[in-house]
Amino acid sequence: MSVSSVTSGPRRGWRSLSTWIGAVIVGVAAICAIFAPLLVPHDPFAQDLGKRLLVPFWMEGSDPSHVLGTDQLGRDYLSRLIYGCRISMLIGVTVSVVSGLIGITLGVLGGFLGGRVDDAVLFAITTRLSIPVVLVALAVVGLLGSSMTLLVLTLGLLLWDRFAVVARSTTMQVRNLDFVAAAWCAGCSRFRILIGEVLPNIASHLVVVATLEIALAILLEAALSFLGLGVPPPLPSWGLMIAEAKDYMFFSPWVIVIPGVALFVLVMGINLLGDGLRDLLGARSAP
Amino acid sequence: MLQFLVRRLIVAALVAATVMTLAFVLTRLSGDLAISIAGPNATQADVEAVRKVYGLDRPLLVQFFDWVGRAVTGDLGESYFFKTRVASLIAERMPITLTLGLTGLVIALAVSLPLGILAAVRENTAFDRAVQVVALLGQAMPSFWLGLLLMIILGLQLGWLPISGTGSWEHYVMPGIVLAFSAIPALTRLTRAGMIQAMGSDYIRTARAKGLSRASILLKHALRNAAIPVVAIAAVQLGFMLGGSIVIEQVFALHGVGFLAWESIAKNDFPVVQAVVLVLAVIYVVLTMLADLMNAVLDPRLRGP
Repeated sequence: MSVSSVTSGPRRGWRSLSTWIGAVIVGVAAICAIFAPLLVPHDPFAQDLGKRLLVPFWMEGSDPSHVLGTDQLGRDYLSRLIYGCRISMLIGVTVSVVSGLIGITLGVLGGFLGGRVDDAVLFAITTRLSIPVVLVALAVVGLLGSSMTLLVLTLGLLLWDRFAVVARSTTMQVRNLDFVAAAWCAGCSRFRILIGEVLPNIASHLVVVATLEIALAILLEAALSFLGLGVPPPLPSWGLMIAEAKDYMFFSPWVIVIPGVALFVLVMGINLLGDGLRDLLGARSAP
Repeated sequence: MLQFLVRRLIVAALVAATVMTLAFVLTRLSGDLAISIAGPNATQADVEAVRKVYGLDRPLLVQFFDWVGRAVTGDLGESYFFKTRVASLIAERMPITLTLGLTGLVIALAVSLPLGILAAVRENTAFDRAVQVVALLGQAMPSFWLGLLLMIILGLQLGWLPISGTGSWEHYVMPGIVLAFSAIPALTRLTRAGMIQAMGSDYIRTARAKGLSRASILLKHALRNAAIPVVAIAAVQLGFMLGGSIVIEQVFALHGVGFLAWESIAKNDFPVVQAVVLVLAVIYVVLTMLADLMNAVLDPRLRGP
């Protein structure tokens, strides 16, 4: 396996800075997600039609009790944003657990066993890539009705391709290394070699893929919710917040700017952290 | 070369067949289609009538082979809502989606090729890092949100471009930019990596030693080799763009194939939904095959066993 090449000084400095930025963003998001009920200043579902579309703190005439203003139904925007973070993180993590289980199983089996099994795995990957993800996810949710569980399962079943590709190629590299041969000679079973020798050695690559997949799942969930076929209202998904606020965006642009910036920053943070982990773990050869 | 071609064709046909099966299964997921088509106020008799008219009373396997048999001859069935042939519906909307996809691809290449080349030439300078940051930002940008922001800024505040519709070429600029955003990071990184690798190779040193001009070395010698993976990914990206344009068509009210699919999902018009899934998948398969062929032509080493 190729270990990361020597990087020059300033580049390494930027890398560690960007990794830290990513880690802080993800850390804050994780805290918001876990402790959402304790952090919110208001009930994110409570409507107050007397306080519709209040402006956020940086604009004139803002209400100090609603730091980020309120939406078209008078719900506190900051509270909805924090709960939305919970939904994004929940979906991102669960989707990549589901897709990781499928993709890693397929990839490791294909890469380790080779031959017919590998042909079948490659074919599955090719087929999966030809399926338009957004369209199929929309169709499933549209036909079966929107729920969080369905959304997670659908996206999980659609997004395993990168896990499979990376697990397959890294397993192939590890398979031929000396310690695996040693394990064979020591009489270990195939299963034992897979779990005990192969998996730990490809884990770092898979962690990097997992971060990318979490970011991708969060973006997709937002897009589906934006189209009205993702997380069901009144749950405050960021995509849904943008969709609901769309009619007001020309008069009060901040209603779409706030959830959009949150989405953008979170996804960027996860990507930065993933990039940093890739360097730290020496997983440079992963695509 | 011929063997290579035949193998690729067989795989492509198998993929298309699998997607066909999946598209059929997908639209049957909801259980009884007749009930959802007949609507919430339908009586038992209505549901029975719907089932008869659309042939849903036949066994699933018969329905499946009937659909496959017609689809291979280009007959994709009839839309329940529009009451016209699905094939002509898709053909009618396809130019809009294709125009959008190609606009997106052209913009993406026009941005990422120069950026990637310049970043490679100035490897590890501030410019190189700036390009990588831009790629990173592009990756994190939610496309529908970028679309809305452009509508507010370019459409409403500056008044440069129309906000929605398909009247003129100007209508495609904003959606094209948004679509390009999704492809720019990957294309830029690939161009940069390819150029760095090419610039470090022996034939570039030879070209330098011969005293060729810098521009000639960069554009004629290095770029040709760096372009091979970029061409392949660009074709694949076009496939992804056509599939992903459903969100952008919705944002900008472009009535292309993606918009059609979205409408049809909302109306339980399943012949259209399964046909669009199939058509987009086939286009993707054809594009990746073309990319592979193009690679094989450009780089004989890839034709191997």
